Formats: sequence, C-alpha cells, structure tokens
Amino acid sequence: MCACLSEKGSLAQVKHVVLVLSGKGGVGKSTITTELALALVHAGKKVGILDVDLCGPSIPRMLSVGKPEVHQCDAGWVPVYADPQQKLAIMSIGFLLEDSDEAVIWRGPKKTALIGQFVSDVAWGELDILLVDTPPGTSDEHLAVLENLRKHRVDGAVLVTTPQAVSTGDVRREITFCKKTAVKILGIVENMSGFVCPHCSECSNVFSKGGGEELAKLTGSVFLGSVPLDPLLTATLEEGRDFLQAFPESSTYTAISQIVNTVLSSLDA
Amino acid sequence: MADVPNDAPEHCPGTSSDQAGKSSACQGCPNQNICASGAAKAPDPAIEEIRQKLTSVKHKILVLSGKGGVGKSTFSAHLSHALASDDSKEIALLDVDICGPSIPKIMGLEGEQVHQSGSGWSPVYVEDNLAVMSIGFLLSSPDDAVIWRGPKKNGMIKQFLRDVDWGEVDYLIVDTPPGTSDEHLSIVQYLSGAGIDGAVIITTPQEVSLQDVRKEIRFCKKVKIPVIGVIENMSGFVCPKCKNTSQIFPPTTGGAQRMCEELNLPLLGRVPLDPRIGRSCDEGRSFLTEVPDSPAAVAYQNIVQKIRDYSSSHSTPDDPC
Repeated sequence: MCACLSEKGSLAQVKHVVLVLSGKGGVGKSTITTELALALVHAGKKVGILDVDLCGPSIPRMLSVGKPEVHQCDAGWVPVYADPQQKLAIMSIGFLLEDSDEAVIWRGPKKTALIGQFVSDVAWGELDILLVDTPPGTSDEHLAVLENLRKHRVDGAVLVTTPQAVSTGDVRREITFCKKTAVKILGIVENMSGFVCPHCSECSNVFSKGGGEELAKLTGSVFLGSVPLDPLLTATLEEGRDFLQAFPESSTYTAISQIVNTVLSSLDA
Repeated sequence: MADVPNDAPEHCPGTSSDQAGKSSACQGCPNQNICASGAAKAPDPAIEEIRQKLTSVKHKILVLSGKGGVGKSTFSAHLSHALASDDSKEIALLDVDICGPSIPKIMGLEGEQVHQSGSGWSPVYVEDNLAVMSIGFLLSSPDDAVIWRGPKKNGMIKQFLRDVDWGEVDYLIVDTPPGTSDEHLSIVQYLSGAGIDGAVIITTPQEVSLQDVRKEIRFCKKVKIPVIGVIENMSGFVCPKCKNTSQIFPPTTGGAQRMCEELNLPLLGRVPLDPRIGRSCDEGRSFLTEVPDSPAAVAYQNIVQKIRDYSSSHSTPDDPC
C-alpha cells in the first residue's frame, strides 16, 4: 500500500523531524531511537524511522522487520512497516542488501547520494514524527541529512551519551556541530547509566557516573534523563521485541517514558 | 594533486574518485578537465612515499570493528602500553578516528600539541618508547568539531602516514573509527605499499554488534588484510558485591565464539566488563598498571601475547608496486 504524496515532496506530511545524534559510537543511538519510536506509537502517534547508518544499520533487527523487499510506487519507495496497523514506518539500507553480512564499503559521496534518496524519494506519507538514527561522527552522513532536510524542517536533535568522559568528550563536539549547523538541541540522554545487579540489587557504575548531566550543565542543554544498563532491554532488542510492552513495570520503562514526554512537550511548544 | 584541492567546490568527490570531473559538483571547478581525463587518478605518489617512510616500522596492526563503542580505542591504547612495557621496543599509536578522537584522553595526553620539525611532524610521547598521533592534538579546544567530508579526512590520514616522523618503530598500532568507509579505505590504500601485518577485530557478545562485525570481516577479506583474530569485549560482568556474573550484553546468537567458528577465525580472548577500565580511560591511565590482577587485565595480557606471537611468526607482506 502506498502513501499519498503531495506536490511539495515526500516529507510534506511529516509534522516533526528529530535527529538522534552522538559524537560517540555504541552509546545507544539506535536503541534510544527504537524505544522513542515505540513509546510514541504506544502514545498514538504515527512514526517514521530513517536509519542513515549505512555501514552498520541496526534498526531493522531491533524492530524485527527481517529482510523485506522494498517496493516502489508512484510516490517513490514504500517504507517498510514494523506493524500491521502501519503506525511505524522504517527505511534503512539494511532492507536493500541481499546478504546481511555484505559490507557497504562506500566513500562519502556515494553515502551522501543514497541518503539524499532516503530523504527525498521515500513515500513517508502522513507522520507525526520522523526520527533519524545516525552513525557516530560529524561527517558525510550528518551533512547529507541536514542538506536534504533543509527544505523542510528539523525540529531538533536528541543527543545520546554514556556517563564516562571518553563519551561526553565526543558528544561535546557533536554539540558544536549542532550549533554550527543551527540544529536545536532538544536535550541530552545519558544511557547505560548504572547497572543494578539482578542477584543482589547492588548498583554498579559500569561506565562511570554523572557525565551526561554534567555535560548538559556545561553546555546549557536540557538533561532529558538517564536510562540504566538493563540486560532485559538489550535482550529484547536482540530479539526484535517491544521492550515497553514486555516490561512496563521496569524503571527503564519509566525513564524512557519521561524522556519521550519531555521531547513531545518541546516539539509542541 | 591533493585529494581535495584548495580551489575545489564544496561537494568535490575527491580527485581519486570514480566521479572525479564527472559529478554535478564538478561543474565550474578549475580542475574539472584534469580530473575528467583521468590524469588526477594516477596511482597516488603518496603510497610510495609512505612505503619508504615506513620501512623503519617493523609491524603494522589495525584495530577494527564494524560496531561503535565496543572498545577499539581502549584496546588500542592498552595494547600499546603492554607492548611498550618492554623497554627495548619502540611503539607507535596512530588514531585515525578523525571525528571522534578518543586516544589523547585515554593516553592521558589531552591538551598536548604537535610540533613540526625539518623531518616532519613530531608525535607526542607518552613514554620514551611510546609515541602517539591523533587529530585531537591539532584541535585547540575540546569543543572543536571536525566537520569534514570523506576526501578531507582522507587527506589528513595521508599526512599522518607520510609526514609524521615516527622513527624506528617495532609496532605501529592504528586505531580506527567504526564502519567500512573513507578512513578504512584510505588506511588500506595508503599502506598498500608498506603492507599491513593484520587486523584485530573487536566485538561485544550481542548480535547487534556481531552483525556489524561480520561486515568488517568481509571488508578485510575484500581488501586482503589478514585477520589476526577477534576479541570479545564486555564479556560478562561480575558484581563486585555478590560476585555473581551477569550477561549485560547477552550472546544471544553464540557470541564471538560461534562467529569465529563459523568464519574460521581465532578467538583471541574474552575481556569481562570492569568499571575500573572506563575509569582508567577517563583518567588517562593504563588499566594494566592500575589494576594488574583484575581478570580483565589478565585477559588483555594473554591477548597481547598472542598478538606478539603472531607478529613474530608473520612478516609484513611487502607489495613493491
């Protein structure tokens, strides 16, 4: 089934666009993107995820969409829907690879070109919010996304970090990137924030403590909240299951819900 | 010609790209005709210059992963420290993560600057026998962002290999960003004359990591870099209070062990999660000297020994062209 396309372009009916960024790899951008998307769908929104990590696309597995074919319609590429009700649309290079172990060994210009197509040629249709999951860094992919989104609107970016200084050190650079490219920073999420031992409930600061909040203070950004290191979250992402439906009583669920509510308020403001 | 000449337009694809002179960005560029004729794509003379420069480097090892945040920089730093603990060896650590250079912080060298001399750029020495180079040393503030497209990053990597005065070196360790893109292609291209002993691949146990790491292994096969082996990092967490082990990053598809069996690659070792590793990295100190008895430090040392053994039994494949 294909979404309608107005003359203005494939993002014309997308109300909000939010980037999920981090200077640092492995902090949980794709995880946070996935959980934000699921929480927004549960809140009744129509959501899209654009995965522009071309070398390491994690979104398809996290949402258990396997290896569907991507079809074309008059309006462009049809996104892959994670649910039968079509509340969650996804586009990722993961869907375009015949062999999931195949490496995408592209230099910048080729990555830029595909990202341009992802933004302009996917028939997103009507969405309340389009989340853009990015690779780490401040390079071709990030510039390509912003250039192609210029015609529309980028509401802002959620920045993800882990507590330790090696991570916040990179995220500071990403904050500079946002300032230089006039992307509003909606706030900072501190992920992997403490691990509660399931055997004795002792909390260990596996990746240090407090860096996210300090970074927010240092840079004058909103601190959106902390998400703990939760093996249940990691396991559900591995299996492509919906963590929020599976574990609504957990403190991780509460943390994610609070972050989503704050992001939604800042979008509606 | 430089990969991205000074007078090139913003979206210059790079003079060595297939699109050189032909892309829409090339319209109006003064170099367009040269690029379109293919003259700019002749083998980069830098490859031979680098080959000559690095004849004094005995072993070159890349630290790779398709996945971000698995511990490449942590491992590169500690591999360098461990190799340098032998005073008779000269070790060099090159950080080619241009956008997110972690090595200066992990090595306790934040704020250091690079000096130029007649023989090139001087690396920063953390010990008498351990030299480090990173773009981090060229930035004046911790907030400075390097917002560069591929061709400009490639140019920096070329300079790191050609213009840094490494001197006589036993091991050159190259820390990389995640992925299979410009930085990785450039390192392989520019070292094609000098040769690479092999690559160490880092992963964490879960499938979300392994699926990216398999791509990196494919990359190594495509560009013919031998894989020395795979390290499974963050492999279990022992609670300091009750001593029970939790799999924070669960090996739902068999972890690195099964992947290595499937791909016929050596599993060099598994390193458990230890909060003291992150703390040492943040403070710029070697975890191996801070907590030498921890299971993670022991695991690291065993892995380093395997890398030493591999290096002494393999000589660098020298490509004369």
